[in-house]
Amino acid sequence: MKTFSLALAATLALATAPVALAEGLDDPDLVKQGAYVARTGDCVACHTSLHGRAFAGGLKISTPVGTIYSTNITPDPQTGIGTYSLEDFTRAIRAGIRKDGATLYPAMPYPSFAHMSDSDIRALYAYFMHGVAPVNQPDHPVDISWPMSMRWPLAVWRMVYAPKPGPFVPTPGEDAVAARGEYLVTAPGHCGACHTPRGMGMQEKSLAATDASYLSGGAPIDNWVAPSLRNDPVQGLGTWSEDDIALFLKTGRTDHAAVFGGMGDVVAWSTQHLTDEDLHAIAHYLKTAPGVPASGHYTYDPSTAQTLASTAPSNSSGAGIYVAQCAICHQNDGSGVARMFPPLAGNPVLQTQNPASIVNVVVHGGVLPPTNWAPSAVAMPGYQHALTPEQVAMVVDYVRHAWGNSAAGTVSTGDIRRFASVTPSESTAGWNTASNGWGFLHPQPYGEGWTFSPETHTGADEAQ
Amino acid sequence: MSIKNPDAIVVGAGWAGAILAKELTEAGLSVVMLERGPERTTAVEGAYPDSVDELRGAVRHRLFQNMAKTTVTVRNTPDQTALPYRQLAAFLPGEGVGGAGLHWSGVHFRAAAEDLTLRSTVVERYGEKFIPEGMNLQDYGVTYDELEPFYDKAEKVFGTAGTAYKVNGQVVGDGNVFAPSRSDDFPLPALKDVYSAHLFRGAAKEAGYHPYSLPAANASAQYTNPYGVQMGPCNFCGFCSGYDCYMYSKASPNVNILPALRGNPNFSMLTGAYVLRVNLDDDKKRATGVTYLDLATNKEVTLNADLVILSAFQFHNVHLMLLSGIGQPYDYAKNEGVVGRNFVYQTITTSRAWLSEKQFTNQFIGTGGGGVAIDDFNCMNFDHGPLGFVGGSPIWVNQAGVKPIAASGTGGGHGAPRWGEGYKKGLVNTYKHAVAIDAHGSNMAYHDIFLDLDPTWKNAYGVPLLRMTFTWKDNDVRMNRYVVGKIEPIMKALGAEKYELGMKKYGDPFDTRFYQTTHLGGGAVMGTDPKTSALNRYLQSWDVSNVFVIGSNAFPQGMGYNPTGTVAALAYWTAHHIRTTYLKNPGPLVQL
Repeated sequence: MKTFSLALAATLALATAPVALAEGLDDPDLVKQGAYVARTGDCVACHTSLHGRAFAGGLKISTPVGTIYSTNITPDPQTGIGTYSLEDFTRAIRAGIRKDGATLYPAMPYPSFAHMSDSDIRALYAYFMHGVAPVNQPDHPVDISWPMSMRWPLAVWRMVYAPKPGPFVPTPGEDAVAARGEYLVTAPGHCGACHTPRGMGMQEKSLAATDASYLSGGAPIDNWVAPSLRNDPVQGLGTWSEDDIALFLKTGRTDHAAVFGGMGDVVAWSTQHLTDEDLHAIAHYLKTAPGVPASGHYTYDPSTAQTLASTAPSNSSGAGIYVAQCAICHQNDGSGVARMFPPLAGNPVLQTQNPASIVNVVVHGGVLPPTNWAPSAVAMPGYQHALTPEQVAMVVDYVRHAWGNSAAGTVSTGDIRRFASVTPSESTAGWNTASNGWGFLHPQPYGEGWTFSPETHTGADEAQ
Repeated sequence: MSIKNPDAIVVGAGWAGAILAKELTEAGLSVVMLERGPERTTAVEGAYPDSVDELRGAVRHRLFQNMAKTTVTVRNTPDQTALPYRQLAAFLPGEGVGGAGLHWSGVHFRAAAEDLTLRSTVVERYGEKFIPEGMNLQDYGVTYDELEPFYDKAEKVFGTAGTAYKVNGQVVGDGNVFAPSRSDDFPLPALKDVYSAHLFRGAAKEAGYHPYSLPAANASAQYTNPYGVQMGPCNFCGFCSGYDCYMYSKASPNVNILPALRGNPNFSMLTGAYVLRVNLDDDKKRATGVTYLDLATNKEVTLNADLVILSAFQFHNVHLMLLSGIGQPYDYAKNEGVVGRNFVYQTITTSRAWLSEKQFTNQFIGTGGGGVAIDDFNCMNFDHGPLGFVGGSPIWVNQAGVKPIAASGTGGGHGAPRWGEGYKKGLVNTYKHAVAIDAHGSNMAYHDIFLDLDPTWKNAYGVPLLRMTFTWKDNDVRMNRYVVGKIEPIMKALGAEKYELGMKKYGDPFDTRFYQTTHLGGGAVMGTDPKTSALNRYLQSWDVSNVFVIGSNAFPQGMGYNPTGTVAALAYWTAHHIRTTYLKNPGPLVQL
């Protein structure tokens, strides 16, 4: 991969020539390159509040200890990063240290950015200084009570968990395409921030695919579960081709998947803007990463469709609700409609351990973010007014076990009840999928939701 | 909110407006689209199961014009006093993004070649004297061959399903033998016949006619159009006409065009913007922009632009022209002027066959544009010489999905009990076992049928209402009765246990209480002579050359087919000539 080796060469060259760094930062080509790097890192989705101005900060990020808000990273000198030098900027990105010396909350994925290349960071800096409009908007103070509000423990966290900033080193033996993909996934793309489970210290359990926990599926974020991106055939990407992955990242939809939740933001605000080469590099890396033990094996079971077609299931059964409400789009055989209504048969989202995503989409609906390559905002309606909590539980359990799906456990009516009374928050477009809140799926200390949980733009905002 | 003056203003977010906005932004123009109604997206308005609520939808007119705010007045003859049309019934103008293009059925025809040259064709075959006294029979000024590429483009955008007969002069399929040759096949194969349509196809063949699948913009399979937007496969649920399709199967501006426009920085849409008038410069030769009422703030806003596209519903376009002083208003008494002249509609009557109790037509099943038709008595496809009328009707089974409340209105047919056990029995029997057959025909234009401003009534915004002077004329009743008579052999071939032939009666006036399609036309027609047309052949105002008026208002007379296909083709035709000629050298596209 030529770009990649050039980038490495540039890194080495720049490391020895710091004086030249500050020159030519307003070069339009460099600014344009920086805009692309900003897309690979999806800076905009987190650093823009719901309905807010791009990069001006203010997005609410829930954490187990309280709420923090993303910051203004426009070049406004008063409220943004206008006074940051390239060195200040580099330190914030790679090491998580602000210009004033304080440590950033690791909601900022600096452990991943630690390995971003010098040339990418320089271009990114050029973009933020010369390609982004300044917005004067003071940062929202964090909403965490003492003693957890103290900043100094963050420095300790950083020293314990964050890797030492340094050049990206591809996994030995990788081809150049996979190396580019690994760089994008692990460094600017920070996929692990959502897709890797977090440890007791809220650190990502691993930062490289040599560890089986890496990208093996994360905690629910804004009540959406980030599924495994490893090669597991039931819960992960085992049945996906490289083309599927690239198409998914470009358009948010493939013949057997439709994007939802926070990943909608990633597709709409970030990956749809990446080059086909980069998308294929990501796909190639994910498909060639070391294998993980399979959680099972999926076999399509035709008896579900036969039963649905030949009997009239009771309206008080999961099958009956499925026929009345779901089959019209997702079909009796669970095959759905390609690139519009995702198939349910064999869908990893239904078979993931935590049912949050499927429950969320049934209750609050979902919408495919319109992308440059697929402008239709195809939607799934929310059923919070049409179905009772009992019915939601029944139909969710039904689809998680029909057509050969093998999800673990069942969803109880009590689980559904606890969030059914919670109304979704504001949603200008009315797409009913905006950040919603269910008590039981909120991040909990020491539980499954031990993570940073930014609000979701998809459904509430147009992509910026 | 302040908004920058754009290059072009598009009034109305229906099919015509969406097509023009798409084409003009493709040409690099900045476009502001003004829509008086609310935003409507499938994700919200169309969300299942709320969207398939008949009471809220068709009965309480969820997607239609709010008659409490503005309407039209109606009278049958010029000596009557017109009164406001307060209850939606006879025709159903839309409101909100998508307009009538959101609540239509989906029947998507191309005009017959002779429909566009009807006057010349009638005169050529039967002589000038054949035209009844008082009938304003006219040509469109554009031919089928000229429009063909734009029909083709519209079908590809709409995802139209059908079976072609001739492509590039070669017979390719079992389509309509009377249809002119096409440059390409339909983008999707015809929808499957529901049982009633299947029976009609067989019976019509047996009667010696030429049945074909109705061309339908209800996707027969999953489809991605040239703009990259997606349609889902129709499941025949029947919630098309009056509804917004939750399956993304029925073509609408909302599904098929606007998704490709919304992300364009050169495009913006303002909803709740009620356009009051097009502003003209002092000598009334040029439009400077429009003034609209922002319904949220109740403030008047003036926007300036180089180009103004009127693409509201047919009579709203005529209304705006009259309010703005674009073109000479039609004066019935003097038989002068053009704006308001040649106002036309659609003749429609329904005949019904009751089959045996073993044959289930299950009328709740259906799709808005689907069905089987014959054209043997449409347009100029039969000899009018001995018949003494102009026009014709396709005949079809277009089982579009009869909803329960609507079915209760039909009950058991004429003469059946209207209450009690007999009513219920007749209702159920009809719902399960009947076949409805429509004669959906042309309506000619007449000297004393027209649109003008009402001298008395004003709407909620203080604007004079548009007045309709309309009734049925003998020529069209004669046409309808002749064509309906040709349904009888089909009824016999169907083996109907009983049947009723529905036909118009001589002397019956236009009655606004009963639905008779929303296929209103004319009032600002296209043509080649400014004395008889308000628009030239490019739908450009003869008088104000930077105003184009797109819609069925351009039809000089009502054709037997549904209007949307020709509206869309005319919209692409106009856009093409704006892009290739007008923008390079703004001014009249036709010099006299």
